[in-house]
Amino acid sequence: MEKDKLFEVKDLRISAYNDEGEEIPIVKGVSFDIHKGEVVALIGESGSGKTTISLATLAYTKPGLHFTGGECQLFGKDVLSMPPLGQRDLRGGNVAYLAQSAAATFNPAITINEQVTEAAVLHGRLTQAEANKRAIELYHALELPDADRIGYRYPHQVSGGQLQRLMAAMALCSKPDLMVLDEPTTALDVTTQIEVLKAFKKVIREQNSAAIYVTHDLAVVAQVADHIVVLYSGEVMEQGSADQIINNPQHAYTKRLMAAARPKPTAGMGVQVGDEHHREADNMRVEDMTAGYGGIVDGEPVVPILRDINISVKNGHVVGVIGESGCGKSTLARVMAGMLPPARGDILLDDKKLKGSLLDRRLDELQKVQFVFQMADTALNPKQLIGNIIGRPLEFYHGLTGKEKHAKVSEILDMVELPPAFASRYPMELSGGQKQRVNLARSLAANPEVMLCDEVTSALDSIVGANVIKLLTGLRDKTGVSFVFISHDLSTVASFADEIVVLYAGRVVEQGPTDEVLEPPFHPYTRLLISSVPEMRIGWLEDTMQKREMAVGIARGVEITRQGCPFYNRCPLAIEGTCEVKIPAILELEKGHQISCHLSLEQLLETEAETQKILHGFEKVGDEDQFSTAH
Amino acid sequence: MMLRMVWQRMGIGLVTLWVVSVIVFVATSILPGDVAQIILGQAATPETLAAMRAELGLDQPGYIRYFSWLGNMMTGDLGTSKAGGATISSLIGGRIGNTMMMAGLVAIISIPISIALGLWAAMHPGTILDRIVTFGTLSLISVPEFFIATVAVLILAVHLHWLPSTAYMTGDETFGQLIKALAMPLITLVIVVSAQMIRMTRAGILNVMSSPYIEMAILKGVPRGRIILRHAFFNAIGPIINVIALNLAYLVSGVVIVETIFAYPGLAKLMIDGVQTRDLPLVQACAMIFCGTYVVLILIADVGSIVSNPRLRSPK
Amino acid sequence: MTEQTASKSEAEVIADLDAFAELPDAPPKRKFRLTWVGYTSCAVVVFWLAICFIGPSIAPFHEMDMDGDDSFLDAYSGEYGSFHLGTDYLGRDTLSRVLYGARNTIGISLAATLIAYLIGITLGILAAVKGGWIDMGISRVNDAILALPTIMLGLIVIAALGSSIPILIGTAAVIYATSVFRISRALGQDIMVQDYVEVAHTRGEGIWWIIRAEVLPNAAMPLATDFGLRLVFVVLFISSLSFLGLGVQPPASDWGSMVRDNLQGLTYGSWAAIWPALAIASFTIAINLIVDDISAKSGGSLAKKMV
Repeated sequence: MEKDKLFEVKDLRISAYNDEGEEIPIVKGVSFDIHKGEVVALIGESGSGKTTISLATLAYTKPGLHFTGGECQLFGKDVLSMPPLGQRDLRGGNVAYLAQSAAATFNPAITINEQVTEAAVLHGRLTQAEANKRAIELYHALELPDADRIGYRYPHQVSGGQLQRLMAAMALCSKPDLMVLDEPTTALDVTTQIEVLKAFKKVIREQNSAAIYVTHDLAVVAQVADHIVVLYSGEVMEQGSADQIINNPQHAYTKRLMAAARPKPTAGMGVQVGDEHHREADNMRVEDMTAGYGGIVDGEPVVPILRDINISVKNGHVVGVIGESGCGKSTLARVMAGMLPPARGDILLDDKKLKGSLLDRRLDELQKVQFVFQMADTALNPKQLIGNIIGRPLEFYHGLTGKEKHAKVSEILDMVELPPAFASRYPMELSGGQKQRVNLARSLAANPEVMLCDEVTSALDSIVGANVIKLLTGLRDKTGVSFVFISHDLSTVASFADEIVVLYAGRVVEQGPTDEVLEPPFHPYTRLLISSVPEMRIGWLEDTMQKREMAVGIARGVEITRQGCPFYNRCPLAIEGTCEVKIPAILELEKGHQISCHLSLEQLLETEAETQKILHGFEKVGDEDQFSTAH
Repeated sequence: MMLRMVWQRMGIGLVTLWVVSVIVFVATSILPGDVAQIILGQAATPETLAAMRAELGLDQPGYIRYFSWLGNMMTGDLGTSKAGGATISSLIGGRIGNTMMMAGLVAIISIPISIALGLWAAMHPGTILDRIVTFGTLSLISVPEFFIATVAVLILAVHLHWLPSTAYMTGDETFGQLIKALAMPLITLVIVVSAQMIRMTRAGILNVMSSPYIEMAILKGVPRGRIILRHAFFNAIGPIINVIALNLAYLVSGVVIVETIFAYPGLAKLMIDGVQTRDLPLVQACAMIFCGTYVVLILIADVGSIVSNPRLRSPK
Repeated sequence: MTEQTASKSEAEVIADLDAFAELPDAPPKRKFRLTWVGYTSCAVVVFWLAICFIGPSIAPFHEMDMDGDDSFLDAYSGEYGSFHLGTDYLGRDTLSRVLYGARNTIGISLAATLIAYLIGITLGILAAVKGGWIDMGISRVNDAILALPTIMLGLIVIAALGSSIPILIGTAAVIYATSVFRISRALGQDIMVQDYVEVAHTRGEGIWWIIRAEVLPNAAMPLATDFGLRLVFVVLFISSLSFLGLGVQPPASDWGSMVRDNLQGLTYGSWAAIWPALAIASFTIAINLIVDDISAKSGGSLAKKMV
């Protein structure tokens, strides 16, 4: 094995320096090896130094960081001590880098082909003509649409999922010895993520190049890695083969990570609440609601987003709203909060109609329905103290001032498990998870009946996110607040919600109690979502790719249609002549479970059984990636 | 999409020109109150005042005066100067060429210098030479144009005796004499305009330099020169075109000062004389020419940045 | 910073996690701090502001006194003691006139800038917060005024109204209020679409509370730096008008007109025109250096990584 060794990181140390010139170590002596044809995963949460370590293999640090010790040897030669010109040749030549956000990493003013071939030509590895030829081969290998001509386009003319794959082509074009992939699928929807993962895995295998895969997502790691390095705070906690780390973790931190990883959503996961808050009265209801942007013409929004929505939030319940980006999840919450008046339909609070616009709502109505924004970073005014941020609703709705307010602020901080001393801090001094807690605390301070939470855990690390979910569950049990919990992550929703609403292209395609929704019969879209969630099992990706529904329109963009079933063009079971023209009826099942589909219950159950059987032999159907990230 | 935006900008430009004409007219014909009084001065008798008012059409309502003024202006009739009674078109005709020549020469010299120096400074941030450029240009844009002109005279004319301290022109100079006469105002304006352009070019490039795609270029091992020229410049070109146009427009005010200081027979000098003698028709005409040029240059900048944006040039 | 170099044990790592000791997202941010250039520049600005108040009382002569028998005397050649910076074209002491002039040049500019800020911020924030036709109306008029070169506007107004100190202040205030309007409107609009403002909206907060508690605190710092830049522009504007003979009228002393009046002295090697010009330069450069120091961007740090 020793002679296969490609890259060796030896006792790597990287530090930052603060204003006083004090050294702040970021990476504290990390060592690992990479062998030919091997994928090494660096896994850890933000602040673990994983990106910093991966960049060190290119002899590069982010501005403000400095190498303070150790070596990074490529073929036994330390790259950190190379002269600058040698390092330049290394970058993009021997070692290629793939960044997290392709959309930001592609230069908007240069055509794709020039960017893809640039490094290979500059480092003299290929002539321009050879590089062009190789690029087109790679586009084909990565299953990009219109592969022969996509290179002539500008980055803004292709979709996000495509750009991510084009970046892989950019990295591979110069035939590097080592590829560094920095969270390349984190920003993608689950359904797109699978497609991209599959493409990456295929080319890495075909090119027989080694790779470093940086991620915080264990389930993704399980699909791609041969060797796993678990990092915390710039140190290696544990490393070993993928099999050993996934199936037999030793270090307590790894076990924590595994525990916080989202399990596969299955029936029986839903939290069963049976306490005094769990009443069957509707707390908030949305009836026949249609909404969109661009003004209203003849009772229809110019740009329709949501159509004919009927949902109800029972007292003390958690309703999870799930769907890909572009399905209208956030719009739903915004309509409920009154930020976007609906074009048609009603919103009811305690059986009383609410005005469409929050400007027309009464103060006590506003107080009862609180909206929690996704990004705590932008939702907290950087110039206000935490105490004032949480204190304002107390003062505004409940007239508390002085000592009373102060005491209540401490009490609320305690509810979100933060020390009372935080009241005199500014948001900038808090970590991401702490900020999100303050964000929740502000809404709690209003003493609401319903909290509308828009992707509140999406930007958080897995352990931190899991803790926030735990906190929310506790709050619901303690206070009896109802939640509308919006997320693109089915496993998070499944672990927390009493009911699930599946939105697709602005319509409710399925809703009901969590256990019912996660059990067959499924709406075809729900099935697609469930089967797209990566399992923490080695070999899952290969298995999944063979399932029939995964092959159908998997990465197709969400299109809002004015007639028929919106999922028609992605649905493996679509009935031609019916689905694209008629709006499907609602199939009523037991316990309020509803599926909106033209197929009968029996057909849905039947196809479910079939899909389970079909594991081999299908033709790839459907058009390629139409997914669009425009705007 | 792009064409529509360009037309839109042109439309806005036209509207702005019209608003400018209103402002100029209101400021010079309505604000001062009785223009006849101003022209005739304190010694005027009520009879001569009335006659003057009738002659100037002041007995008519403001909007009628405005439209007849605008109509005359568009047909090239700029009116008659109060001083000496010469037609304003002839006064301006004799001067406008000089100012145009000066502005044109300044542009030809300063644009290449500025872009080159700006790019060079951006390419070597933090080096001593970069700091000198940054500090030097900052100082130059902080001081009035007349300060630069004064120092230039002190050094080049008084101490070194290389150049004359004024730029008198009779119209029959030899080429060499012409160059010598023009050198001083040219140097001053080039310094003033370039300082601003160098700073903005450097800032524009460095602004783009913090983008993730620049880091990607570094991680691809792209050499420094190519990063700046191919990756950064093409994204900063919109703002840079804007800066160039704005600074050429800025020449307008620079020209006013420099023509005065060096007694250069240009349009701006004519206008200052007009302001000093309160020759309102002359001021109106000159202001319209300067403002019109300014609006057109800004329009060109706008269109330039639209055309240079690939998102607008080749839509999805 | 606590000692972090030592390796953490498993138990410590878990204790960390349980105590919510989440790792910082990035290396600690740079604190606001001036460099020595910034401090020196502050000293220069404070010096000139002080001269505005005490200038006349420490000046060796009165600004109008023609104490030198001859014009353009060198320093230390006068019979009434020494003219530290020589005399001007009428034989007045240059140093005294520079000290007196500070009051006019800086005072007028400061007054104009303050008024410009009052008008500009009020209208700008109003336009940003209210939007709709109020924004449309103010913005269109503002764009038209902005579309004119400032010196031209100044010339037109002075041609129409003549020159006096109130007219100078008013003209400069209105002209520069347009740029203040534009920047405060842009800032206001940026802040108004922030999530935290939307939070305030959904809470049902009134417009004044939002302006006071959300918009102004976040706009304060950028507006303060802009104030410095704007003051520089106004000083240059006023001085340029004075230099053209259209600003502060003689015999009052003002740095711009002092340069103009003593220009012909340059040919005799007199520095009478240079001293006031240096005074302007030192004031404006110092302000610009402070602004530059405060808003120093990290834009160059990535550029330093280029090979």
